[in-house]
Amino acid sequence: MDDLYREVIIEHYKNPGYRGSLDPHDITFEDENPLCGDHIKIDLRVDENGKITEAAFDGHGCAISQASADLLLESIIGKNIEDIKHLSRNDVLDLLGIELGPVRLKCALLPLKILKAGVYGLGEATDDLVEEE
Amino acid sequence: MPAYNVEQVRKDFPILDIETRPGVKLVYMDSTATAQKPLAVIEAMNEYYRYTNGNIHRGVHYLAEKATAQYEEARARIAQFIGAEKPREIIYTRNTTESINLVAQTWGRAFLKKGDLVILTEMEHHSNLVPWQMLAQEKDLRLEFIPVTDEGDLDLAEYERLLNEHPKLVAFAHMSNVLGTINPAKEIIAKAKSAGAVTLVDGAQSVPHFKVSVKDLDADFLAFSAHKMVGPTGIGALYGKEELLSAMPPYMGGGDMIKKVHLRSFTPNELPWKYEAGTPAIAEAIGFGAAVDYLSKLGMDAVAEHEQNLTKKAVEKIKNVPGLTIMGEKAAHRGGVISFMLPGIHPHDVAQILDQYGIAVRAGHHCAMPLHEKYSIPASSRASLYLYNTEEEVDHLVATLYKVLEMFA
Repeated sequence: MDDLYREVIIEHYKNPGYRGSLDPHDITFEDENPLCGDHIKIDLRVDENGKITEAAFDGHGCAISQASADLLLESIIGKNIEDIKHLSRNDVLDLLGIELGPVRLKCALLPLKILKAGVYGLGEATDDLVEEE
Repeated sequence: MPAYNVEQVRKDFPILDIETRPGVKLVYMDSTATAQKPLAVIEAMNEYYRYTNGNIHRGVHYLAEKATAQYEEARARIAQFIGAEKPREIIYTRNTTESINLVAQTWGRAFLKKGDLVILTEMEHHSNLVPWQMLAQEKDLRLEFIPVTDEGDLDLAEYERLLNEHPKLVAFAHMSNVLGTINPAKEIIAKAKSAGAVTLVDGAQSVPHFKVSVKDLDADFLAFSAHKMVGPTGIGALYGKEELLSAMPPYMGGGDMIKKVHLRSFTPNELPWKYEAGTPAIAEAIGFGAAVDYLSKLGMDAVAEHEQNLTKKAVEKIKNVPGLTIMGEKAAHRGGVISFMLPGIHPHDVAQILDQYGIAVRAGHHCAMPLHEKYSIPASSRASLYLYNTEEEVDHLVATLYKVLEMFA
Protein backbone atom coordinates (compact mmCIF):
# COMPACT_ATOMS: atom_id res chain seq x y z
CA MET A 1 0.00 0.00 0.00
CA ASP A 2 1.05 3.59 -0.63
CA ASP A 3 4.00 2.48 -2.71
CA LEU A 4 3.65 5.58 -4.89
CA TYR A 5 4.01 7.81 -1.90
CA ARG A 6 7.28 6.46 -0.58
CA GLU A 7 8.62 8.39 2.36
CA VAL A 8 11.31 9.98 0.21
CA ILE A 9 8.67 11.57 -2.04
CA ILE A 10 6.57 12.94 0.80
CA GLU A 11 9.76 14.17 2.50
CA HIS A 12 11.04 16.02 -0.58
CA TYR A 13 7.55 17.44 -1.17
CA LYS A 14 7.18 18.72 2.38
CA ASN A 15 10.79 19.80 2.99
CA PRO A 16 12.41 20.54 -0.35
CA GLY A 17 16.11 21.41 -0.29
CA TYR A 18 16.13 23.33 -3.53
CA ARG A 19 12.99 25.45 -3.40
CA GLY A 20 13.49 29.11 -4.19
CA SER A 21 14.89 31.18 -7.01
CA LEU A 22 18.32 32.39 -8.07
CA ASP A 23 18.89 36.00 -9.03
CA PRO A 24 21.03 36.44 -11.03
CA HIS A 25 21.01 33.12 -12.85
CA ASP A 26 22.59 31.78 -16.02
CA ILE A 27 19.70 29.61 -17.13
CA THR A 28 16.01 29.86 -16.29
CA PHE A 29 12.95 28.15 -17.71
CA GLU A 30 9.38 27.61 -16.60
CA ASP A 31 6.42 25.61 -17.82
CA GLU A 32 3.25 24.00 -16.63
CA ASN A 33 1.10 20.95 -17.05
CA PRO A 34 -2.28 22.52 -17.80
CA LEU A 35 -4.09 19.26 -17.14
CA CYS A 36 -3.41 19.36 -13.40
CA GLY A 37 -2.12 22.90 -12.95
CA ASP A 38 1.42 21.86 -11.98
CA HIS A 39 3.73 24.82 -12.56
CA ILE A 40 7.51 24.78 -12.15
CA LYS A 41 10.32 27.29 -12.74
CA ILE A 42 13.96 26.20 -12.57
CA ASP A 43 16.97 28.54 -12.21
CA LEU A 44 20.59 27.44 -12.64
CA ARG A 45 24.00 28.99 -12.07
CA VAL A 46 26.75 27.61 -14.27
CA ASP A 47 30.49 28.35 -13.98
CA GLU A 48 32.89 29.13 -16.86
CA ASN A 49 33.54 25.40 -17.40
CA GLY A 50 29.86 24.64 -17.82
CA LYS A 51 29.54 23.10 -14.37
CA ILE A 52 26.26 23.60 -12.54
CA THR A 53 27.07 25.24 -9.22
CA GLU A 54 23.63 26.14 -7.93
CA ALA A 55 20.04 25.21 -8.74
CA ALA A 56 16.60 26.18 -7.47
CA PHE A 57 12.98 25.53 -8.40
CA ASP A 58 9.75 27.30 -7.60
CA GLY A 59 6.13 26.57 -8.34
CA HIS A 60 3.22 24.50 -7.19
CA GLY A 61 1.65 21.19 -7.99
CA CYS A 62 1.28 17.62 -6.85
CA ALA A 63 3.72 15.78 -4.60
CA ILE A 64 5.11 13.80 -7.52
CA SER A 65 6.02 16.85 -9.64
CA GLN A 66 7.46 18.84 -6.74
CA ALA A 67 9.47 15.93 -5.29
CA SER A 68 10.71 15.09 -8.77
CA ALA A 69 11.99 18.67 -9.17
CA ASP A 70 13.76 18.59 -5.82
CA LEU A 71 15.38 15.19 -6.40
CA LEU A 72 16.40 16.16 -9.92
CA LEU A 73 18.13 19.39 -8.86
CA GLU A 74 19.87 17.58 -6.01
CA SER A 75 21.27 15.13 -8.55
CA ILE A 76 22.65 17.67 -11.03
CA ILE A 77 24.72 19.91 -8.75
CA GLY A 78 28.34 19.67 -9.90
CA LYS A 79 27.41 18.14 -13.23
CA ASN A 80 28.25 19.69 -16.58
CA ILE A 81 25.30 21.12 -18.52
CA GLU A 82 26.27 18.83 -21.41
CA ASP A 83 25.39 15.90 -19.10
CA ILE A 84 21.88 17.29 -18.67
CA LYS A 85 21.21 16.69 -22.34
CA HIS A 86 21.72 12.97 -21.75
CA LEU A 87 19.34 12.69 -18.80
CA SER A 88 16.38 10.46 -19.61
CA ARG A 89 13.00 9.63 -18.18
CA ASN A 90 14.52 6.54 -16.58
CA ASP A 91 16.97 8.68 -14.63
CA VAL A 92 14.03 10.56 -13.12
CA LEU A 93 12.11 7.37 -12.38
CA ASP A 94 15.21 5.92 -10.72
CA LEU A 95 15.43 8.99 -8.50
CA LEU A 96 11.77 8.67 -7.53
CA GLY A 97 12.01 4.90 -7.19
CA ILE A 98 8.46 4.30 -8.39
CA GLU A 99 6.57 3.19 -11.44
CA LEU A 100 3.94 5.52 -12.80
CA GLY A 101 0.95 5.32 -15.10
CA PRO A 102 0.73 7.60 -18.15
CA VAL A 103 -1.10 10.43 -16.37
CA ARG A 104 1.25 10.77 -13.43
CA LEU A 105 4.28 10.25 -15.63
CA LYS A 106 3.62 13.72 -17.02
CA CYS A 107 3.84 15.15 -13.50
CA ALA A 108 7.08 13.31 -12.78
CA LEU A 109 8.74 14.33 -16.04
CA LEU A 110 7.73 18.00 -16.04
CA PRO A 111 10.89 19.13 -14.14
CA LEU A 112 13.23 17.27 -16.51
CA LYS A 113 11.40 18.68 -19.50
CA ILE A 114 11.85 22.20 -18.14
CA LEU A 115 15.49 21.61 -17.23
CA LYS A 116 16.35 20.31 -20.68
CA ALA A 117 14.44 23.06 -22.48
CA GLY A 118 16.43 25.58 -20.41
CA VAL A 119 19.76 23.95 -21.10
CA TYR A 120 19.07 23.63 -24.83
CA GLY A 121 17.83 27.23 -24.86
CA LEU A 122 14.54 26.25 -26.48
CA GLY A 123 11.45 28.38 -26.87
CA GLU A 124 9.18 25.75 -25.37
CA ALA A 125 9.38 22.52 -23.44
CA THR A 126 8.10 19.68 -25.58
CA ASP A 127 7.40 16.05 -24.80
CA ASP A 128 10.08 14.75 -27.15
CA LEU A 129 12.69 15.99 -24.64
CA VAL A 130 11.66 13.21 -22.26
CA GLU A 131 10.56 10.51 -24.68
CA GLU A 132 11.61 6.93 -24.24
CA GLU A 133 14.86 6.40 -26.07
CA MET B 1 -43.81 -0.24 -4.71
CA PRO B 2 -40.87 -2.01 -3.05
CA ALA B 3 -38.13 0.19 -1.60
CA TYR B 4 -35.06 0.80 -3.73
CA ASN B 5 -32.70 -2.09 -3.10
CA VAL B 6 -29.18 -0.93 -3.89
CA GLU B 7 -27.62 -4.33 -3.10
CA GLN B 8 -29.92 -5.91 -5.67
CA VAL B 9 -29.02 -3.20 -8.19
CA ARG B 10 -25.29 -3.78 -7.63
CA LYS B 11 -25.68 -7.41 -8.71
CA ASP B 12 -26.57 -6.17 -12.20
CA PHE B 13 -23.12 -4.59 -12.62
CA PRO B 14 -20.39 -7.23 -12.96
CA ILE B 15 -17.55 -4.70 -12.73
CA LEU B 16 -18.50 -3.72 -9.19
CA ASP B 17 -17.16 -7.09 -8.01
CA ILE B 18 -13.62 -6.61 -9.25
CA GLU B 19 -10.58 -6.01 -7.08
CA THR B 20 -8.26 -3.25 -8.27
CA ARG B 21 -5.36 -4.98 -6.50
CA PRO B 22 -5.31 -8.13 -4.41
CA GLY B 23 -7.79 -7.77 -1.57
CA VAL B 24 -8.86 -4.24 -2.53
CA LYS B 25 -12.44 -3.98 -3.78
CA LEU B 26 -13.42 -1.36 -6.32
CA VAL B 27 -15.37 1.61 -4.98
CA TYR B 28 -16.50 3.43 -8.10
CA MET B 29 -17.20 7.13 -7.60
CA ASP B 30 -16.50 8.49 -11.05
CA SER B 31 -19.87 8.01 -12.73
CA THR B 32 -19.96 11.65 -13.76
CA ALA B 33 -17.06 10.82 -16.09
CA THR B 34 -18.66 7.58 -17.22
CA ALA B 35 -21.12 5.20 -15.58
CA GLN B 36 -20.67 1.45 -15.23
CA LYS B 37 -22.79 -0.86 -17.39
CA PRO B 38 -25.32 -3.45 -16.28
CA LEU B 39 -25.27 -6.94 -17.75
CA ALA B 40 -28.46 -6.15 -19.70
CA VAL B 41 -26.59 -3.52 -21.74
CA ILE B 42 -23.50 -5.65 -22.26
CA GLU B 43 -25.64 -8.61 -23.35
CA ALA B 44 -27.80 -6.56 -25.72
CA MET B 45 -24.71 -5.48 -27.62
CA ASN B 46 -23.19 -8.96 -27.54
CA GLU B 47 -26.36 -10.46 -28.90
CA TYR B 48 -26.49 -7.99 -31.73
CA TYR B 49 -22.97 -8.97 -32.80
CA ARG B 50 -23.70 -12.67 -32.31
CA TYR B 51 -27.09 -12.94 -33.93
CA THR B 52 -28.31 -9.84 -35.76
CA ASN B 53 -25.29 -7.92 -37.09
CA GLY B 54 -26.10 -6.24 -40.38
CA ASN B 55 -26.03 -2.75 -41.85
CA ILE B 56 -29.19 -0.72 -41.43
CA HIS B 57 -31.57 0.90 -43.88
CA ARG B 58 -30.10 -0.86 -46.91
CA GLY B 59 -30.17 -4.59 -47.36
CA VAL B 60 -33.43 -6.47 -47.59
CA HIS B 61 -32.00 -9.60 -46.04
CA TYR B 62 -32.88 -11.01 -42.66
CA LEU B 63 -29.97 -9.44 -40.76
CA ALA B 64 -30.35 -5.99 -42.31
CA GLU B 65 -34.00 -5.93 -41.36
CA LYS B 66 -33.36 -7.18 -37.84
CA ALA B 67 -30.63 -4.61 -37.28
CA THR B 68 -32.72 -1.77 -38.71
CA ALA B 69 -35.67 -2.68 -36.51
CA GLN B 70 -33.54 -2.84 -33.36
CA TYR B 71 -31.79 0.43 -34.18
CA GLU B 72 -35.08 2.25 -34.72
CA GLU B 73 -36.88 0.63 -31.78
CA ALA B 74 -34.09 1.87 -29.51
CA ARG B 75 -34.63 5.39 -30.86
CA ALA B 76 -38.33 5.18 -30.04
CA ARG B 77 -37.60 4.10 -26.46
CA ILE B 78 -35.02 6.88 -26.00
CA ALA B 79 -37.59 9.39 -27.27
CA GLN B 80 -40.13 8.07 -24.81
CA PHE B 81 -37.57 8.16 -21.99
CA ILE B 82 -37.12 11.93 -22.31
CA GLY B 83 -40.76 12.67 -23.07
CA ALA B 84 -40.30 13.46 -26.76
CA GLU B 85 -43.43 13.00 -28.81
CA LYS B 86 -41.82 11.65 -31.96
CA PRO B 87 -38.86 9.31 -32.44
CA ARG B 88 -37.79 11.42 -35.44
CA GLU B 89 -36.96 14.21 -33.00
CA ILE B 90 -34.08 12.05 -31.68
CA ILE B 91 -30.83 12.25 -33.67
CA TYR B 92 -28.14 9.72 -32.82
CA THR B 93 -24.75 11.35 -32.32
CA ARG B 94 -21.47 10.20 -30.78
CA ASN B 95 -22.06 11.99 -27.49
CA THR B 96 -23.27 15.22 -25.86
CA THR B 97 -20.33 17.10 -27.33
CA GLU B 98 -21.24 16.11 -30.86
CA SER B 99 -24.89 16.94 -30.24
CA ILE B 100 -23.97 20.49 -29.23
CA ASN B 101 -21.54 20.86 -32.13
CA LEU B 102 -24.29 19.70 -34.47
CA VAL B 103 -26.57 22.50 -33.29
CA ALA B 104 -23.77 25.08 -33.49
CA GLN B 105 -22.67 24.02 -36.96
CA THR B 106 -26.14 23.66 -38.50
CA TRP B 107 -28.72 25.77 -36.71
CA GLY B 108 -26.09 28.24 -35.52
CA ARG B 109 -24.42 28.67 -38.86
CA ALA B 110 -27.72 29.04 -40.70
CA PHE B 111 -29.57 31.30 -38.31
CA LEU B 112 -27.06 33.32 -36.29
CA LYS B 113 -25.44 36.41 -37.77
CA LYS B 114 -22.90 39.06 -36.87
CA GLY B 115 -23.53 40.71 -33.52
CA ASP B 116 -26.13 38.16 -32.35
CA LEU B 117 -26.09 37.38 -28.65
CA VAL B 118 -25.66 33.85 -27.27
CA ILE B 119 -26.13 33.41 -23.52
CA LEU B 120 -24.15 30.65 -21.78
CA THR B 121 -23.23 30.23 -18.10
CA GLU B 122 -20.00 30.29 -16.12
CA MET B 123 -20.49 26.68 -15.05
CA GLU B 124 -20.48 25.14 -18.53
CA HIS B 125 -18.47 22.08 -19.44
CA HIS B 126 -16.00 22.83 -22.24
CA SER B 127 -18.38 21.00 -24.59
CA ASN B 128 -20.96 23.78 -24.24
CA LEU B 129 -18.37 26.56 -24.44
CA VAL B 130 -15.91 25.78 -27.19
CA PRO B 131 -18.44 25.05 -29.99
CA TRP B 132 -19.94 28.51 -29.38
CA GLN B 133 -16.52 30.16 -29.12
CA MET B 134 -15.63 28.63 -32.49
CA LEU B 135 -18.86 29.83 -34.05
CA ALA B 136 -18.51 33.26 -32.43
CA GLN B 137 -15.05 33.63 -34.00
CA GLU B 138 -16.37 32.64 -37.39
CA LYS B 139 -19.52 34.75 -37.35
CA ASP B 140 -18.57 37.54 -34.95
CA LEU B 141 -21.22 36.64 -32.36
CA ARG B 142 -21.46 38.04 -28.85
CA LEU B 143 -21.15 35.59 -25.97
CA GLU B 144 -22.40 36.51 -22.50
CA PHE B 145 -22.39 34.36 -19.38
CA ILE B 146 -24.85 33.99 -16.53
CA PRO B 147 -22.56 34.33 -13.48
CA VAL B 148 -22.29 31.68 -10.76
CA THR B 149 -22.86 32.92 -7.20
CA ASP B 150 -20.55 32.04 -4.31
CA GLU B 151 -23.11 29.43 -3.25
CA GLY B 152 -22.82 27.72 -6.63
CA ASP B 153 -26.15 28.81 -8.14
CA LEU B 154 -26.79 30.76 -11.31
CA ASP B 155 -27.34 34.47 -10.79
CA LEU B 156 -30.85 34.68 -12.24
CA ALA B 157 -31.13 38.44 -11.69
CA GLU B 158 -28.19 38.93 -14.02
CA TYR B 159 -29.83 36.48 -16.43
CA GLU B 160 -32.96 38.68 -16.54
CA ARG B 161 -30.78 41.67 -17.34
CA LEU B 162 -29.06 39.79 -20.18
CA LEU B 163 -32.45 38.79 -21.58
CA ASN B 164 -33.23 42.47 -22.21
CA GLU B 165 -30.47 42.42 -24.81
CA HIS B 166 -32.46 40.12 -27.11
CA PRO B 167 -30.43 36.90 -27.14
CA LYS B 168 -30.90 34.49 -30.04
CA LEU B 169 -29.88 31.44 -28.02
CA VAL B 170 -29.67 30.42 -24.36
CA ALA B 171 -27.57 27.26 -23.87
CA PHE B 172 -26.91 25.91 -20.37
CA ALA B 173 -26.06 22.84 -18.32
CA HIS B 174 -29.07 21.29 -16.60
CA MET B 175 -26.73 20.04 -13.88
CA SER B 176 -23.13 21.12 -13.27
CA ASN B 177 -20.55 18.35 -13.58
CA VAL B 178 -18.37 20.11 -10.98
CA LEU B 179 -20.68 21.79 -8.47
CA GLY B 180 -23.54 19.33 -8.76
CA THR B 181 -25.92 22.30 -8.98
CA ILE B 182 -29.24 21.44 -10.62
CA ASN B 183 -30.32 24.55 -12.47
CA PRO B 184 -34.00 25.62 -12.67
CA ALA B 185 -34.23 24.62 -16.32
CA LYS B 186 -37.95 25.15 -16.71
CA GLU B 187 -37.75 28.72 -15.43
CA ILE B 188 -34.64 29.51 -17.50
CA ILE B 189 -36.34 28.19 -20.64
CA ALA B 190 -39.64 29.99 -20.02
CA LYS B 191 -37.81 33.28 -19.63
CA ALA B 192 -35.71 32.66 -22.72
CA LYS B 193 -38.89 31.95 -24.71
CA SER B 194 -40.49 35.21 -23.68
CA ALA B 195 -37.34 36.98 -24.82
CA GLY B 196 -37.63 35.19 -28.16
CA ALA B 197 -34.53 32.98 -27.77
CA VAL B 198 -34.03 29.36 -28.78
CA THR B 199 -32.92 27.10 -25.90
CA LEU B 200 -30.40 24.28 -25.68
CA VAL B 201 -30.09 22.16 -22.55
CA ASP B 202 -26.89 20.23 -21.89
CA GLY B 203 -28.43 17.18 -20.27
CA ALA B 204 -25.24 15.14 -19.93
CA GLN B 205 -25.54 15.12 -16.14
CA SER B 206 -29.30 15.45 -15.72
CA VAL B 207 -30.80 12.79 -17.99
CA PRO B 208 -28.84 9.97 -16.25
CA HIS B 209 -29.85 11.06 -12.76
CA PHE B 210 -33.47 12.21 -12.67
CA LYS B 211 -36.57 12.34 -14.82
CA VAL B 212 -36.14 14.86 -17.62
CA SER B 213 -39.05 15.59 -19.93
CA VAL B 214 -38.50 17.84 -22.93
CA LYS B 215 -42.23 18.32 -23.11
CA ASP B 216 -42.43 19.56 -19.55
CA LEU B 217 -39.31 21.73 -19.95
CA ASP B 218 -40.39 22.96 -23.39
CA ALA B 219 -36.71 22.78 -24.45
CA ASP B 220 -35.87 23.31 -28.11
CA PHE B 221 -32.75 21.13 -27.95
CA LEU B 222 -31.53 18.60 -25.38
CA ALA B 223 -28.10 16.96 -25.69
CA PHE B 224 -27.06 13.84 -23.76
CA SER B 225 -24.70 10.83 -23.82
CA ALA B 226 -25.47 7.14 -23.38
CA HIS B 227 -22.29 6.28 -21.50
CA LYS B 228 -23.16 8.43 -18.50
CA MET B 229 -26.52 6.67 -18.14
CA VAL B 230 -25.29 3.05 -17.95
CA GLY B 231 -25.11 2.78 -21.75
CA PRO B 232 -22.13 2.30 -24.06
CA THR B 233 -19.57 4.90 -25.14
CA GLY B 234 -19.64 6.17 -28.72
CA ILE B 235 -23.29 7.09 -28.81
CA GLY B 236 -25.37 10.01 -27.63
CA ALA B 237 -28.46 11.85 -28.73
CA LEU B 238 -29.72 15.23 -29.75
CA TYR B 239 -33.37 15.94 -29.17
CA GLY B 240 -34.68 18.80 -31.26
CA LYS B 241 -38.16 20.11 -31.90
CA GLU B 242 -39.30 18.90 -35.28
CA GLU B 243 -39.82 22.33 -36.80
CA LEU B 244 -36.26 23.33 -35.87
CA LEU B 245 -34.69 20.10 -37.10
CA SER B 246 -36.62 20.41 -40.37
CA ALA B 247 -35.48 23.97 -40.95
CA MET B 248 -31.78 23.32 -40.22
CA PRO B 249 -29.33 22.33 -42.96
CA PRO B 250 -27.71 18.86 -42.74
CA TYR B 251 -24.57 18.30 -40.66
CA MET B 252 -22.17 15.78 -42.21
CA GLY B 253 -22.62 14.59 -45.76
CA GLY B 254 -22.56 10.94 -46.84
CA GLY B 255 -24.64 7.84 -47.06
CA ASP B 256 -27.98 7.51 -45.27
CA MET B 257 -28.42 11.28 -44.83
CA ILE B 258 -29.60 11.63 -48.44
CA LYS B 259 -32.74 10.89 -50.35
CA LYS B 260 -31.23 11.37 -53.82
CA VAL B 261 -27.72 12.08 -55.04
CA HIS B 262 -26.61 13.34 -58.45
CA LEU B 263 -23.09 14.18 -59.50
CA ARG B 264 -23.49 17.83 -58.57
CA SER B 265 -26.33 17.88 -56.08
CA PHE B 266 -28.22 15.96 -53.43
CA THR B 267 -31.57 16.00 -51.66
CA PRO B 268 -31.33 15.51 -47.89
CA ASN B 269 -33.15 12.63 -46.25
CA GLU B 270 -36.10 13.03 -43.92
CA LEU B 271 -35.76 13.34 -40.17
CA PRO B 272 -33.99 11.94 -38.28
CA TRP B 273 -31.70 10.37 -40.88
CA LYS B 274 -30.91 13.76 -42.43
CA TYR B 275 -28.37 14.18 -39.61
CA GLU B 276 -26.99 10.63 -39.54
CA ALA B 277 -24.40 10.30 -42.29
CA GLY B 278 -22.55 7.03 -42.77
CA THR B 279 -22.92 3.71 -40.99
CA PRO B 280 -23.77 4.67 -37.42
CA ALA B 281 -22.90 2.99 -34.11
CA ILE B 282 -25.56 0.30 -34.47
CA ALA B 283 -24.55 -1.96 -31.59
CA GLU B 284 -24.18 1.11 -29.39
CA ALA B 285 -27.64 2.39 -30.32
CA ILE B 286 -29.05 -1.00 -29.32
CA GLY B 287 -27.05 -0.80 -26.08
CA PHE B 288 -28.41 2.72 -25.54
CA GLY B 289 -31.93 1.32 -25.86
CA ALA B 290 -31.12 -1.38 -23.32
CA ALA B 291 -29.75 1.28 -20.94
CA VAL B 292 -32.94 3.28 -21.18
CA ASP B 293 -34.97 0.11 -20.54
CA TYR B 294 -32.83 -0.65 -17.50
CA LEU B 295 -33.29 2.85 -16.03
CA SER B 296 -37.02 2.81 -16.78
CA LYS B 297 -37.35 -0.49 -14.96
CA LEU B 298 -35.65 0.91 -11.87
CA GLY B 299 -37.72 4.07 -12.21
CA MET B 300 -36.00 7.44 -12.52
CA ASP B 301 -37.82 8.80 -9.48
CA ALA B 302 -36.47 5.95 -7.36
CA VAL B 303 -32.97 6.48 -8.78
CA ALA B 304 -33.15 10.20 -8.02
CA GLU B 305 -34.41 9.58 -4.49
CA HIS B 306 -31.61 7.11 -3.77
CA GLU B 307 -29.03 9.58 -5.02
CA GLN B 308 -30.52 12.51 -3.14
CA ASN B 309 -30.50 10.61 0.14
CA LEU B 310 -26.99 9.33 -0.37
CA THR B 311 -25.67 12.73 -1.46
CA LYS B 312 -27.06 14.47 1.61
CA LYS B 313 -25.33 11.96 3.87
CA ALA B 314 -22.13 12.09 1.84
CA VAL B 315 -21.90 15.90 1.91
CA GLU B 316 -22.43 15.90 5.69
CA LYS B 317 -19.74 13.28 6.27
CA ILE B 318 -17.19 14.56 3.77
CA LYS B 319 -17.36 18.19 4.87
CA ASN B 320 -16.38 17.16 8.42
CA VAL B 321 -12.93 16.11 7.23
CA PRO B 322 -10.65 18.80 8.76
CA GLY B 323 -9.86 21.66 6.38
CA LEU B 324 -11.85 20.17 3.50
CA THR B 325 -13.96 22.47 1.35
CA ILE B 326 -16.67 21.42 -1.10
CA MET B 327 -17.30 23.47 -4.23
CA GLY B 328 -20.95 24.48 -4.49
CA GLU B 329 -21.83 22.87 -1.15
CA LYS B 330 -24.58 25.39 -0.54
CA ALA B 331 -26.27 25.26 -3.95
CA ALA B 332 -30.04 25.40 -3.58
CA HIS B 333 -30.62 22.13 -5.38
CA ARG B 334 -27.78 19.71 -6.01
CA GLY B 335 -27.10 16.24 -7.38
CA GLY B 336 -24.54 13.61 -6.43
CA VAL B 337 -21.39 15.40 -7.57
CA ILE B 338 -19.01 16.39 -4.77
CA SER B 339 -15.89 18.31 -5.81
CA PHE B 340 -13.57 19.08 -2.93
CA MET B 341 -10.16 20.39 -1.94
CA LEU B 342 -7.88 19.44 0.95
CA PRO B 343 -5.54 22.28 1.96
CA GLY B 344 -1.93 21.77 0.86
CA ILE B 345 -2.62 18.48 -0.91
CA HIS B 346 -2.91 18.41 -4.67
CA PRO B 347 -6.08 16.73 -5.99
CA HIS B 348 -3.97 14.36 -8.06
CA ASP B 349 -2.26 13.14 -4.92
CA VAL B 350 -5.63 12.74 -3.21
CA ALA B 351 -7.04 10.76 -6.13
CA GLN B 352 -3.92 8.63 -6.40
CA ILE B 353 -3.94 7.67 -2.74
CA LEU B 354 -7.68 6.96 -2.84
CA ASP B 355 -6.99 4.71 -5.83
CA GLN B 356 -4.61 2.66 -3.72
CA TYR B 357 -7.59 1.92 -1.50
CA GLY B 358 -9.75 0.98 -4.49
CA ILE B 359 -11.65 4.27 -4.65
CA ALA B 360 -12.05 5.76 -8.11
CA VAL B 361 -12.55 9.53 -8.12
CA ARG B 362 -11.65 12.14 -10.69
CA ALA B 363 -9.01 14.82 -10.18
CA GLY B 364 -8.41 17.86 -12.34
CA HIS B 365 -10.58 20.64 -13.66
CA HIS B 366 -13.25 18.26 -14.97
CA CYS B 367 -13.42 20.01 -18.34
CA ALA B 368 -14.57 23.19 -16.63
CA MET B 369 -11.43 25.35 -16.46
CA PRO B 370 -13.32 28.69 -16.39
CA LEU B 371 -15.29 27.60 -13.33
CA HIS B 372 -12.09 26.61 -11.51
CA GLU B 373 -10.53 29.93 -12.53
CA LYS B 374 -13.51 31.73 -11.03
CA TYR B 375 -12.95 30.00 -7.70
CA SER B 376 -9.16 30.53 -8.09
CA ILE B 377 -8.25 26.86 -7.76
CA PRO B 378 -6.22 24.94 -10.30
CA ALA B 379 -8.02 21.66 -9.75
CA SER B 380 -10.25 19.66 -7.44
CA SER B 381 -11.00 16.05 -6.55
CA ARG B 382 -14.46 14.88 -7.49
CA ALA B 383 -16.46 12.00 -6.05
CA SER B 384 -19.65 11.35 -7.96
CA LEU B 385 -22.44 9.06 -6.83
CA TYR B 386 -24.83 7.01 -8.90
CA LEU B 387 -27.56 4.44 -8.56
CA TYR B 388 -25.19 1.70 -7.39
CA ASN B 389 -23.29 3.59 -4.68
CA THR B 390 -23.86 2.82 -1.01
CA GLU B 391 -23.45 4.49 2.35
CA GLU B 392 -20.69 2.00 3.24
CA GLU B 393 -18.76 3.22 0.22
CA VAL B 394 -19.15 6.80 1.35
CA ASP B 395 -17.83 5.81 4.80
CA HIS B 396 -14.86 4.10 3.16
CA LEU B 397 -14.14 7.30 1.20
CA VAL B 398 -14.30 9.46 4.32
CA ALA B 399 -12.07 7.11 6.34
CA THR B 400 -9.53 7.09 3.51
CA LEU B 401 -9.55 10.90 3.30
CA TYR B 402 -8.41 10.88 6.94
CA LYS B 403 -5.56 8.55 5.91
CA VAL B 404 -4.58 11.02 3.17
CA LEU B 405 -4.42 13.80 5.76
CA GLU B 406 -2.24 11.62 7.98
CA MET B 407 0.22 10.88 5.19
CA PHE B 408 0.73 14.54 4.46
CA ALA B 409 0.60 15.68 8.10
